Amino acid sequence: MSQTERITDIGPPKYDQFLPPVIKKNYGKWRYHEILKPGVMVHVAESGDKIYTVRCGSPRLLSIYTIRDFCDLADKYCDGHLRFTSRNNVEFLLTDESKIDSLIADAKALGFPVGGIGNTISNIVHTQGWVHCHSAATDASGIVKNVMDAMCKHFEALKLPGKLRIALACCLNMCGAVHCSDIAILGVHRRPPKINNERLPQICEIPSVVASCPTAAIRPAVIDGKKSVEVDEDRCMFCANCFTVCPAMTLNDPLNDGVSIWVGGKVSNARHEPMFSKLAVPFLPNNPPNWPEVVEAVSKIVDVWAANARKFERMGEWIERIGWPRFFELTGFEFRKEHIDDFKYAGLSYKRSAHLRF
Amino acid sequence: MANGQTPKLDKLDKGPWPSFVREIKRAAEKSPMSKDLLGLLELSYTEKIGHWKHGGIVGVLGYGGGVIGRYTDVPDKFPNVEHFHTMRINMPTGWFYTSKALRTICDIWEKHGSGLTNMHGSTGDIVLLGTRTEELEPIFSELTKEGFDLGGSGSDVRTPSACVGPARCEWACYDTLALCYDLTMTYQDELHRPAFPYKFKFKCAGCPNDCVASVARADMSIIGTWRDDIQVDQSAVKEYSDKGLNIQKDVCGNCPAKCMDWDGQKLDIDNRSCTRCMHCINAMPKALRPGKDRGACIMLGSKAPIVEGAQLSSVLIPFMKMEPPYQELKDLCEKIWDLWCEEGKSRERVGEFIKRVGMGNFLEAIDIEPSPYQVAYPRDNPYIFYEEYFEEGDDEEEAGEE
Repeated sequence: MSQTERITDIGPPKYDQFLPPVIKKNYGKWRYHEILKPGVMVHVAESGDKIYTVRCGSPRLLSIYTIRDFCDLADKYCDGHLRFTSRNNVEFLLTDESKIDSLIADAKALGFPVGGIGNTISNIVHTQGWVHCHSAATDASGIVKNVMDAMCKHFEALKLPGKLRIALACCLNMCGAVHCSDIAILGVHRRPPKINNERLPQICEIPSVVASCPTAAIRPAVIDGKKSVEVDEDRCMFCANCFTVCPAMTLNDPLNDGVSIWVGGKVSNARHEPMFSKLAVPFLPNNPPNWPEVVEAVSKIVDVWAANARKFERMGEWIERIGWPRFFELTGFEFRKEHIDDFKYAGLSYKRSAHLRF
Repeated sequence: MANGQTPKLDKLDKGPWPSFVREIKRAAEKSPMSKDLLGLLELSYTEKIGHWKHGGIVGVLGYGGGVIGRYTDVPDKFPNVEHFHTMRINMPTGWFYTSKALRTICDIWEKHGSGLTNMHGSTGDIVLLGTRTEELEPIFSELTKEGFDLGGSGSDVRTPSACVGPARCEWACYDTLALCYDLTMTYQDELHRPAFPYKFKFKCAGCPNDCVASVARADMSIIGTWRDDIQVDQSAVKEYSDKGLNIQKDVCGNCPAKCMDWDGQKLDIDNRSCTRCMHCINAMPKALRPGKDRGACIMLGSKAPIVEGAQLSSVLIPFMKMEPPYQELKDLCEKIWDLWCEEGKSRERVGEFIKRVGMGNFLEAIDIEPSPYQVAYPRDNPYIFYEEYFEEGDDEEEAGEE
């Protein structure tokens, strides 16, 4: 009978108990910061106090054993203090400048590159992919690993014109800010759902399935005497929204799933307003374990941008300056029918002036 | 594969970038679940398709969110990942930790789960990746004893997140950590018990650089800004110039408002024209700072494509002071939720709802005056829903329809 009281709704631990003393002391009173070298910055407070940050890349998917390695580093150099960034990097926070180089050496010995601050390619935010997601059209961690192997030099060195943010989502649900990234890698399906008419009436609400389709391609139907649905395939644009509400409508398909590449988005207000990423490459095949076509396309975009952009110019700002025809010319990507929008408000993306560069 | 060989994944075990395969292998040394995950993933790499089944309702007692059910579709081959549920743990705001707190989570997870995590998930939570249904309650009980609680999932307030803010950034125009924590605590019930049409995300960004991508990813994006003049230290500007920064070209030339000039000695800013974009401040952090009259711009409605296409948040309140207890903001949230919960369709995000009913109608329903700050430009289509008309002989304003 006697049951210990169940603790609920306590929320997260309050952040201030985890802040290093120098941060508690200078909270809200930071004066300026400087990037001292790749992956290292100092924040200087109005009091003159300094805090040094060393940022390391991480694969986001971490075992508890690696987290304990990070804890060991934090104990050795930072009185046990560390944090993570919104792009899944790990940051070590120090007050003793003389310990920085030795911390970097230890982190690198564990296999963690130092960088990602300032005009660099930061860590790729990404989703679960085949590691853990039921609706993935491609893997996430695997592509990210391959792309970051190729981009690691841009993580570790401050040699780019501006910041470059890459993100990956393994399907159109986009569990991450893929739609506003300098380069977005997006898993896509290319064939309409395969309907399991046996299971559908048992596990799905037909009105919800019908309502889920943004293009009204799904209709109720009686198939072999059972209530189910049918899909007008010409209207399906493979969003997988029906699958999300009804597991009996599978879109995953080894032959037709793959990757699209989008460019020129950003979330920051700096200079240009936030903007969406736009289609650069409609489809590349899933080619595990190395996805060479994806790595090649991303590398191409980065190289062309790095060689042509002005100082501070993000991908989208650069493309806006040179124009999309020139972007396709410089990258060599073929411009195809798929590049022209045909969903709602598509007309807003048509070129509506004679402002043309030849 | 089932024989324990993973030739495809092995190729991702090396290279300069830290490898997720190495992480799974490290966990697999002690965890049969992680070992089977490797095999399952190798199978996906061979067949080019995922092997996870759709959802399944699992959770802890009294909560509707925080746990995502996951089962493999090949349990006969990989029985240890037959169940492989995700637990979302509400992270400490700003993602600051002590090694002690992190080790506590690791110890609990070593005992009850796969030993694999995401630090962190896209919404911000600590993601514990892979456990069995019967482990959920014990994990929850141990976590809460150590002061950690679950985050959101499903149609509820999702775990709010914040940038590093005043903890380590000189640009924070309000206390993002304090606000984020306050909202998280105030809305515990909404976070743990899904009762909305769909998810609702808060993201607190301290300045227009928006390091938490709130404009793209939050239903309510709270972006710090200021109303008065940029603070300028002219001698520090000169220092940047002396050190080789081309101020006229790279700072003034990149200003979207074209509101500043550099004559080689003095930086002249027309603050009335400034759009608060942050570029000049980013370029010269030692010389320029946001003004002193600080607060936040409240924006609403961003989301990824599903269902009706991707959206960015748009301005609702151009400037609000952000001070505890944040009552003005909370009153606003609750008005929005009341309306959206009443009128929103199932799986309709608030941004889609606004698009469907019209921003004008939405503002009217939540009792906010229309403002030119809320639009990029006034309408350019002449199909206007005038809501009243008059009959010949009417001598005073009278609605023709009610």
